[in-house]
Amino acid sequence: MMASGLAVGAEALAAPPPGRGRRLGAGWYLVIAIGALAVVSVVRMLTGADDLTSGGTVGAALTAAVPIAMAGLGGLWAERAGVVNIGLEGMMVLGTWGAGFAGYQWGPWAGVVFGLLLGALGGLLHAIATVTFGVDHIISGVAINLLAPGTALFLSKLYFTKAPGGGQRQSPPISDAQHVSLPGVSSLLDGLQRRHWFLVSDLAGVLRGLTVQVSLLSITAALLLAGTLYVLWRTPFGLRLRSCGEAPVAAESLGVNVYKYKYYAVIASGAFAGLGGAFLAISSSQFRDGQTGGRGFIGLAAMIFGNWRPGGLAVGAGLFGYTDAVQLRGSDAVHALLLLLAIALLALAVVQVLARRVGIAAVAAVLGVAFGWWFFASDELPPELVGAAPYVVTLLVLALASQRLRMPKADGRIYRRGESG
Amino acid sequence: MRLTPRAVLLAIVAPLGALVFAALVCSVILLLTNHSPADTVQAMINSGKRPRIFVNSINSATNYYLSAVAVAIGFRMNLFNIGVDGQYRMAALLAAGFAGATWIDGVPGPLRVVATIALAMLVGAAWAGVAAILKVTRGVSEVISTIMLNAVATYLGQYLLLKLAVPVAGSNNIGTRPITAGGQVPGLAYPGSTSKLYGLIVLAVLVGLVYWFVLSRTRFGFDIRATGLSESAAVASGVSVRRMVLYAMLFSGAVAGLVGMPQLLGSSHSYSLDFPAGLGFIGMAVALLGRNHPAGMALAALLWGVLDNSANSLDVAGVPKEIVAIMQGVIVLSVVVAYELVRRYRVRVEQREVGRALGTTKVPAEVAA
Repeated sequence: MMASGLAVGAEALAAPPPGRGRRLGAGWYLVIAIGALAVVSVVRMLTGADDLTSGGTVGAALTAAVPIAMAGLGGLWAERAGVVNIGLEGMMVLGTWGAGFAGYQWGPWAGVVFGLLLGALGGLLHAIATVTFGVDHIISGVAINLLAPGTALFLSKLYFTKAPGGGQRQSPPISDAQHVSLPGVSSLLDGLQRRHWFLVSDLAGVLRGLTVQVSLLSITAALLLAGTLYVLWRTPFGLRLRSCGEAPVAAESLGVNVYKYKYYAVIASGAFAGLGGAFLAISSSQFRDGQTGGRGFIGLAAMIFGNWRPGGLAVGAGLFGYTDAVQLRGSDAVHALLLLLAIALLALAVVQVLARRVGIAAVAAVLGVAFGWWFFASDELPPELVGAAPYVVTLLVLALASQRLRMPKADGRIYRRGESG
Repeated sequence: MRLTPRAVLLAIVAPLGALVFAALVCSVILLLTNHSPADTVQAMINSGKRPRIFVNSINSATNYYLSAVAVAIGFRMNLFNIGVDGQYRMAALLAAGFAGATWIDGVPGPLRVVATIALAMLVGAAWAGVAAILKVTRGVSEVISTIMLNAVATYLGQYLLLKLAVPVAGSNNIGTRPITAGGQVPGLAYPGSTSKLYGLIVLAVLVGLVYWFVLSRTRFGFDIRATGLSESAAVASGVSVRRMVLYAMLFSGAVAGLVGMPQLLGSSHSYSLDFPAGLGFIGMAVALLGRNHPAGMALAALLWGVLDNSANSLDVAGVPKEIVAIMQGVIVLSVVVAYELVRRYRVRVEQREVGRALGTTKVPAEVAA
């Protein structure tokens, strides 16, 4: 009935201007990261919002970022093979239920395995609908998002109502996974952080958040990110899988079984989303109805923000987790976020002027000034609005930097074997 | 398309097959979890016979139908307005704030109602317009932007509600100031039931008629359908797809703005924390089941309304009522699969007939490959 959306407007994205193709080396990314931290440090010193870079905030951001990153990885696997998966949210819900069910009975790691399996089941359903039956990817995803919460609540009422400490809409408590620290650094970094020096204290805060009392779940997530980068970009399997997302007909003519690879990718996608759900349930120590709260969609946003690459995705998930964490840390830090956003937009405007895109630069500059004015004209930012930050940032990225984004060429298109053209 | 018996059969076999399949899946689930499917159905039928449930079903169907039409306008030209959800919530909230304001109490009733509805349509169209502009100027996929806008609407809605709200007496719910009698649309009484049918059911019927007329009897509707069937062919015949995207999205958003109106003006009279959410996604399900056809969507909306309202009796009968949500999800998924299978079958039959007419009949397997 439906193909895969209209191509109109896409010419704005086609063919980046010459000279834009070069990629920055790893060293540059480090410089950019330090520079960004320096800006945050200046904002911290100006506003006195020490929570912006405290170890506690960074640790909380890491915990919040992990489920988002897992959902994003789910999106990455599916879309790299050419299947759009907006059913991530539903698969994540299945994962939270699975973690609740196995987690309270046999411990957190059983919960992880169960969440992964249930998510993979959701992925299998999406694969059957989109790959075998050629249903539009968006429609199948929406259907899964309708189906999954109902299923989770149905099962929850059946299995958790009579369990000790459980209820109709929540599982009994799950014990958390172990937390580990890098030995010996905690007191040193803590001391540095308390000095509130420019940059040094901020760096100490960030390092402390990343090395002290880190959940094994977060470490697993980091390994999975690195593993995805390796498997998808450094192995023949990954090359074939990505070829299905770029040019399935060409892949077919070279003997790649496109259906098989799409199945692998979409099932893996569901498994990652399920893992994200499981991590979420375990770190908040039970399954609750409605727990995911749109994190599947934020994961999708993080993937787009990260330009369909694991590294970018991690940065996106980190940013979104960070806004989540800052929200819990009091209104000073939240208010300072406005200034950060203003500075980021003005920086983007400068970059766009250098690239001779005056129109976009003007829009970015106007928005930047508006956010800056908002910062100076107000004393606090209503916490209800902070939740919208990841979505607004993603919209801004799509609107202002879309010429830098490149999604897989055949993403979202329905592929039928033997029907080239 | 000619109306041969086979064409009619093919048109109804997909939705019917999907319903039967969904019923089977749910029966299996019920049996596996030690519930009796027969008792479950009996409980639902018994509750469905009660006049109040009947009225509530029709009322729900009214909301679902408006939402489905909003979605269908986009679907017909291959445009996915996932954002109906955010559009109707923003529209209902702002319309409630407007219609409940104190200064408006002096304005004559009909004018107030018309102004409220017009404002809701404008807000819906404006919220959809953000996605439309991003799509035509920056090539941003409307699927992604409307998902983001839904979430923004949720948070912005919470913020605005706190600004506009007054406490609701006797609960910790908060809502906008209730709309006074002049700004309400009276309901229609139904014998044996305390709840009334929404007066704005008329609006839903009207929207359905306009939708049918515009799509099948006007140049604009033809352009929409042509773009949906083949974008390149539409461009070749002089359709400005860019403009069509903008208009279709704005119209879709305007209809989405209406989704909350029957409830707001007919029964709740205020937008509060418990205003129904998620109607946009139900609308997608209804539009898919009804194949974007004005009458088909009405039937589908009715089915959804009956299922939702009779489900409430199930928890009492000891069956988790979410079995109905599972059933709805299975229906949507299996109906789109069924449509695809029917489409493939049709193509195969047509190819065979063309082959026969040309005198060079190929073996079906070869054609299908």
